[in-house]
Amino acid sequence: MPEEASIRIGVDVGGTFTDFALALPQGIKSLKLPTTNNAPEQAILDGVNRLLGDNNISPDQVTGFIHGTTLATNAIISRTGARTALLTTAGFRDVLAQGDESRFDQYDINITKPEPLVPRWWRYGIPERLSAEGNVLLPLDEDAIGAIAADMRSENIESVAICFLHAHTNPDHEQRARDHLQVLLPSVAISLSSDVSPEIGEYSRFSTTAANAYVQPVMSAYLERLQSGLTDQGIKASIFMFLSNGGLCDLDTARRFPIRLVESGPAGGAVFAGNLARELGEEEILAFDMGGTTAKVCLIDHGVPGRSDSFEMAREHMHRQGSGLPARIPVIDLVEIGAGGGSIAQVDSLKRLHVGPTSAGATPGPACYSRGGEAATVTDANLLLGRLAANDFTGSGINISVDRARDVIAEQVGKALALTDSAGAAAISEVVEEQMAGAAREHAREKGIDLRRRSMVAFGGAAPLHAVNVAAKLGINRVIIPQAAGIGSAIGFLQSSAVFEISHSIRVLMSCFDASLFNQHFAAISRNVSAAVEAAAPGIPVDETRTLFMHYKGQGHSLAVEIPTRDLTDDDAVLLLSAFEEKYISVYRRPLAGIDVECVGISLRMSSNEDLLPVRNIINTGPADVPDTTDLFDLMENDYANVPTMSRSKMEPDTIFQGPGLIKDDGTTVVVPQGYIATCYDTGHLVITLQGDQA
Amino acid sequence: MTSSPQNNPNDEIRFQVIWSNLISIVEEQARMLMRTAFSPVVRDSGDLSAALFDRQGRMLAQAQTGTPGHVNSTAAAVPLMLEEIPLDQLDEGDHLITNDPWLASGHLHDITISSPVFRAGQLIGFFACTCHQLDIGGRGQGPDAASVFEEGLAIPVLKLVKKGEVNADLMKMIRANVRTPGEVEADILSYVAANEVSAQTLCDALDKLDLDGLESIGDQIINRSRTSMIDEIRKLPRGKATNSITLDSFGTPVEIICTLEVGDDGLVLDFEGSSQASTRGVNLVYNYTNAYASFGVRCIVGPDIPNNTGSLSAIKVKAPIGSILNVERPWPVCARHIIGQFLPEVVMGCLAKIAPDRVPAEGAACLWGIQLRGGPEIDGNFDRDEAWGSGRYETLFFNAGGTGARPRQDGLSATAFPSGVKAMPIEVVESNAPIVVWRKELRPNSAGEGRYRGGFGQDIEVATIDGRPCGLFAMFDRTTVQARGREGGESGSFGKLGLTSGQDLEPKGLQIIGPNERMYFELPGGGGFGPATDRDPGLVGDDQRAGLYSVNPDADDD
Repeated sequence: MPEEASIRIGVDVGGTFTDFALALPQGIKSLKLPTTNNAPEQAILDGVNRLLGDNNISPDQVTGFIHGTTLATNAIISRTGARTALLTTAGFRDVLAQGDESRFDQYDINITKPEPLVPRWWRYGIPERLSAEGNVLLPLDEDAIGAIAADMRSENIESVAICFLHAHTNPDHEQRARDHLQVLLPSVAISLSSDVSPEIGEYSRFSTTAANAYVQPVMSAYLERLQSGLTDQGIKASIFMFLSNGGLCDLDTARRFPIRLVESGPAGGAVFAGNLARELGEEEILAFDMGGTTAKVCLIDHGVPGRSDSFEMAREHMHRQGSGLPARIPVIDLVEIGAGGGSIAQVDSLKRLHVGPTSAGATPGPACYSRGGEAATVTDANLLLGRLAANDFTGSGINISVDRARDVIAEQVGKALALTDSAGAAAISEVVEEQMAGAAREHAREKGIDLRRRSMVAFGGAAPLHAVNVAAKLGINRVIIPQAAGIGSAIGFLQSSAVFEISHSIRVLMSCFDASLFNQHFAAISRNVSAAVEAAAPGIPVDETRTLFMHYKGQGHSLAVEIPTRDLTDDDAVLLLSAFEEKYISVYRRPLAGIDVECVGISLRMSSNEDLLPVRNIINTGPADVPDTTDLFDLMENDYANVPTMSRSKMEPDTIFQGPGLIKDDGTTVVVPQGYIATCYDTGHLVITLQGDQA
Repeated sequence: MTSSPQNNPNDEIRFQVIWSNLISIVEEQARMLMRTAFSPVVRDSGDLSAALFDRQGRMLAQAQTGTPGHVNSTAAAVPLMLEEIPLDQLDEGDHLITNDPWLASGHLHDITISSPVFRAGQLIGFFACTCHQLDIGGRGQGPDAASVFEEGLAIPVLKLVKKGEVNADLMKMIRANVRTPGEVEADILSYVAANEVSAQTLCDALDKLDLDGLESIGDQIINRSRTSMIDEIRKLPRGKATNSITLDSFGTPVEIICTLEVGDDGLVLDFEGSSQASTRGVNLVYNYTNAYASFGVRCIVGPDIPNNTGSLSAIKVKAPIGSILNVERPWPVCARHIIGQFLPEVVMGCLAKIAPDRVPAEGAACLWGIQLRGGPEIDGNFDRDEAWGSGRYETLFFNAGGTGARPRQDGLSATAFPSGVKAMPIEVVESNAPIVVWRKELRPNSAGEGRYRGGFGQDIEVATIDGRPCGLFAMFDRTTVQARGREGGESGSFGKLGLTSGQDLEPKGLQIIGPNERMYFELPGGGGFGPATDRDPGLVGDDQRAGLYSVNPDADDD
């Protein structure tokens, strides 16, 4: 950047809180405000105003504004998106309703499947048909569009998804239908499946496109209000949006593909953890983010979070896999499970203790909040175990009652399992930790990764309470609890570069490898990707990755294989095959001989190559008033033991804090179990290691 | 604080951790099978089962995928395979294979691989999986054969892999007997790999948990599951209930009769009185009958109790030898899933008489899998260069009718029950074989009316892309007997199939579809629950607006 100092603002709008990170040359300032759900820009404008005022910065000094929001996700979950229609191949009106025709729970006869975002009366079939190869079997009936448009107009349709079978192989029919429709309905937003998600599989492609259309008018209007609000306040910097793949895009791209913003909060957290790992020289980490409702785990190698090409939105039945709406969009590959501070504990008829995925949320909240919550939650357990104290919540306006926590745990857990209330609380903690460890274990296994060599980076309000125990279950001996862990996502936004990627389905046997075909497709995608990146980061050098999705011919699932970022030659077939085989062995152990390898898709990703903001110089605001000791429940002894306690603000680089004990931070507590030692980097990040294991 | 005298909290918590660990290992086994399999019905539809057994052959954990017919049959298969090749004849690195219908899941198309797990030289248990093959030689999948000998290659219990070495002779034998040798071989090897990876994961987990084997944890899982299941059964009123169902079957209708008895220590299902065995391949082996019948109970009684040998042991299934539900070798059994998928309906009908507020109405039950074959075996043209190449294909895609209305909700439209398999994307179906699916959408007016209506069936139209003839392996039911409503609910619509040019097609058996014909399939809807007059008018209005329900449906929407 030029000599003029960079002053950037990151804003993460979550369901409960709006988090701000203001990056100044001397360090990062943070702010948390309640989200204003009806008009989210209101909290943003208030917060920006306050942050700038408190730090004597005038709005025109701000050089960058980066924003992520759950608005798109919330519109889908709460079904408050646009009046959306689907125009599809005649005979396939119900693709969105039929899905994969299965039940996500084999034994539960009372499941509810997710309602499509577009009701059947707004799903229109039009005669047209392509073959799997993209050849025209039935020409588009352009004359039929007029009547459909008239019907859409009388239904006050605001947004249309055009989704034809096999459109990913040939977009011509979709494009022509759009051209006609746009003339007839000029004010209606239109999304094409061949633009939004040009990949095989009609249910996931249609679902992604319908969701894009559904949130587009809402997002577009919101972004306009935000932009004009910021301009009115005198902010001249460009606004960038944070994507679920961990990159940035400009406002125009965000308006066209709002579906790509859905998981931006968790993605911001992953970017934050990745950059921290890079800064600290941690080659391979497990990022562990635990908030009020969910916990997220993400594998990060060399500072770069893993990626995935699909995601499930708005899961019914509490995050059960298969109960949501599929979205094929580039996302940071993380696992999110219903385990957080508000997760509710229950004992079933088999005397099995379950924690989550139902959450008490912020209202009514855990029983100990005394706001009418009747359920035993993880936060209640932590309070009873002595990890949290009533005065940790000072300033939050919440009146904490340890007795309420004790009563509900005794009633709902202790009684059924014949445990004391304290042992019941320990069981809740143990089970939720095991669930999070289980999610991490399964995710790692799926990727063929051994977690034991990794460090954990733990952030989010509830993570410091459970991080070391979760790590221990995973065989991880080193846990890092960064500064400003509570606003990790907003900081992550500030640390990102412009990133955009497009995937495309193509089907080629490697035995018939034709380099020119690949070069042609990559060239076409490259133009679109580079336009998006250039818009967000003009003039900045760009890094590029190219990926092939490959499998043995006949398999249904493919592996992502990175390939050189240059034009391919026919001789490269050997190189690509050996890269595939290496990947296959690393995931599935045994390669298969004598079966042709097939490429089923390509992907190209570009990111601007910028200097990233280091996470340091965060003004440390740990609580001032901390008792020297606390009574902490010890499950092995089945009794409370008196352990040392200190404020995080007192942790200096030479401080050695020996477990068992508690390090109190703002609104949360770092639990340092027996046998662990906490130390501190000069940047203020805590490191907790197994005794005798520290570097 | 005092500790509770009867319960050491550490032991209890540790037990729960171990149990959930074992379940997550088999879930991963199933996912890996889907990712590496070649058979489209496994990789896209999840027609498989994956489970962990202890060294006695007791199923301790099972993945929630595939069909109950696979899952609960695998539970029976592992102990039966152990009778053929006992523990002392198993070495580290061995993998057993079989497709014997009477040992495993009731027809030759399912291959079961059971792999002993060794830890520190000791055999501690088994991982087993059962997966569906599109082709296993013989006539092809359908009820046409007169005996099991015509139905394809039979593989007795053999060591496919001995001490890590693949038995090349056996593999050569298998390859020589199937239409797609490359896929079948690769598939079988992917099953072996999935079991191997799971074994390694299990051993790592046991190391971390400081456990030597599965015995003591197995006892706890089995005992607790059995006890919980019996507790649930005891909550039902004591006594007997009988229910029967008539099916199209093949030619002559078949009647299935079930008497359910709630006892002190479990539940007995007796199929005495059911029809005699058929001369065509719609018969069931006992294992398969047991599997689906038990599943019907498990959906209603204690559905949240994990499925394992313990929970299954509280249900006893009896079927007379020689009846269509318990045939002996060499009766034909290939299309056994048709009647199999109706057994939960029959059993649930018994339960409805005992616990009426918990049981849904009847649904389409049997999946309408459309299995097509093209090439020389259909058109007799063996001269073409492509005869055994691209012109020849064998393809299958699953389609579901409507489920029965639930006591407090509508039925699910176009959704599989009791099967747990998934429908493949049509774009993938059309990439696999030279066919075009011209239509696949919900079938209006097919749901049985009621306070809660049944699920809608669906309409499908299929043709070959080039107008060439093809073979249809028809395995469809509910074309003469509707899904009945419950508590005053109406029946769902019959299923129907034919050519759009006018001719009807038979619901069972191989039929050649002539050039340039288009097939249509109208899948059955589910029955309703409660009187239709009680239905919320708002919901009726929604269905009308959606075009799924009309008061006076057109004649061609019948």
